[in-house]
Amino acid sequence: MKFAGLIVMPAGFFLSIAALVLFPAAAPRTAFILCALAVEIVGLIVAVRGHMESRDSDAGEGR
Amino acid sequence: MTPIISPAGPTPPLPEAAIVLDLLLLVLAPLAIAGVALINVGLGRSRSAAQALLGNMTIISTALIGFALVGATFATNLGGPGHILNIAGKPWNWLGEGPFFLIGIGNASAQSQLEILFEFLAVALAAIIPWGSGADRLRLSAGSAIAAVLSILVFPLLAHWVWTGGWLAQLGINFGAGAGFIDPAGAATVHLLGGLSALAVVWVAGSRRGKFPKEGFATAMPGHNAVYILFGCLIALVGWLGFNLAGASLWLNAPLAALPVTALNTMLTAAGALAATYTVTRVRFGKPDASLCANGWLAGLVASSASAAILSPVPALLVGVAAGIVTPLLVEVLELAVTVDDPSGAITVHASGALIGLIAAGLFAPLPGQFIAQLVGIATILGLFLPLLYLLFKILNRFVPFRVDPDGERIGMDLHELGGGAYPEFVIHRDDSYR
Repeated sequence: MKFAGLIVMPAGFFLSIAALVLFPAAAPRTAFILCALAVEIVGLIVAVRGHMESRDSDAGEGR
Repeated sequence: MTPIISPAGPTPPLPEAAIVLDLLLLVLAPLAIAGVALINVGLGRSRSAAQALLGNMTIISTALIGFALVGATFATNLGGPGHILNIAGKPWNWLGEGPFFLIGIGNASAQSQLEILFEFLAVALAAIIPWGSGADRLRLSAGSAIAAVLSILVFPLLAHWVWTGGWLAQLGINFGAGAGFIDPAGAATVHLLGGLSALAVVWVAGSRRGKFPKEGFATAMPGHNAVYILFGCLIALVGWLGFNLAGASLWLNAPLAALPVTALNTMLTAAGALAATYTVTRVRFGKPDASLCANGWLAGLVASSASAAILSPVPALLVGVAAGIVTPLLVEVLELAVTVDDPSGAITVHASGALIGLIAAGLFAPLPGQFIAQLVGIATILGLFLPLLYLLFKILNRFVPFRVDPDGERIGMDLHELGGGAYPEFVIHRDDSYR
């Protein structure tokens, strides 16, 4: 779960780059970039959830 | 406010008076670093105080050396125009082209030297942000290793993209997006990057023992010295004024006449944030919370890093109020709902404060398309740098274990790593939270 979220996040970055190249007009470009940010936020939420599940009581990854 | 940004292009050289002023302002900027270091110490526990402050100093040293020897090579353009990829008919300047070990910096123009000095101070500030989040469990060696990774690999890449003609700075020229991504005092390059680094460090290192017991709520582990925390906030204000004014002059080419308003906006944003956090904590808990108010003040300063040079006073105040409302609520959500153990609140303060400032800068900037440029910058840092930081720290943790052993955490980092406490004449009480 934690890695899945972090793998999704760069996809959002590439979507924002694609928006710059593909849409010269402001409105569709803004909408597409907002969608890219939404993808990143979904990835972040999945990563956060993944780290919550991995931490039963007080055990961290570093231990 | 008079627009001080223009569509990105060759920036005219600064007048001599501005160079002298910027140098004086950058001499003040280390006070921001000192303030954040004091806050990091005060928000940790008394049995780790000396290790925490020494850690801040070793991290700053490592970051400065790493950036001077290698990082500046990727962040600056002293040796050429930079490494450029041509994609979709546009040039994407993705890596700086400077000399290793800062060879020849003495022959560069005073303005170029000032820009490198600014980046030096910025990398030191960025590197100590994750240290506060890893308080009471990160080894000194881990703190320095994290600083090395940040100063050699990660920060230089972003600093070049944002400040020294990289592709984010060129969004205005290449794609008509305002003046390109604007971040005059490091809201993105320092604070958003530092806040995301802090999140990655906390994920890799784990929480403090006893913080999240198997049953019940998270254990409260308050900071040990509210005076350090609040005094750190006051010192940080002076340093922030230095960063914001010098950044506006260096990266936005702001005229001298625009700098007093930038200073005023910086203080207004911090003041608005403190007032909002004070009110929120008073309503929530019946009394204002000193450490959360400090976090709110700092979040306001972080937000001002992006917006103080661009906004008028009233929007600047509103940005501070927004940062001050979000900060205490997000600190609570991270600790209670998401089980993120962040003793200094750095993830909230630096990441969310920076996001608020960057978005406000896009909304209020006087150029069309600026909001798009700000969104692309945010998407880049969040989508590319958080996974990169996590990956790098996971690998680093294999070679330099981040976390101290359980016995070290029990007796405190001072005794374990330094052999003596910060307050030897004080009686240290048993910590009931450790179970």
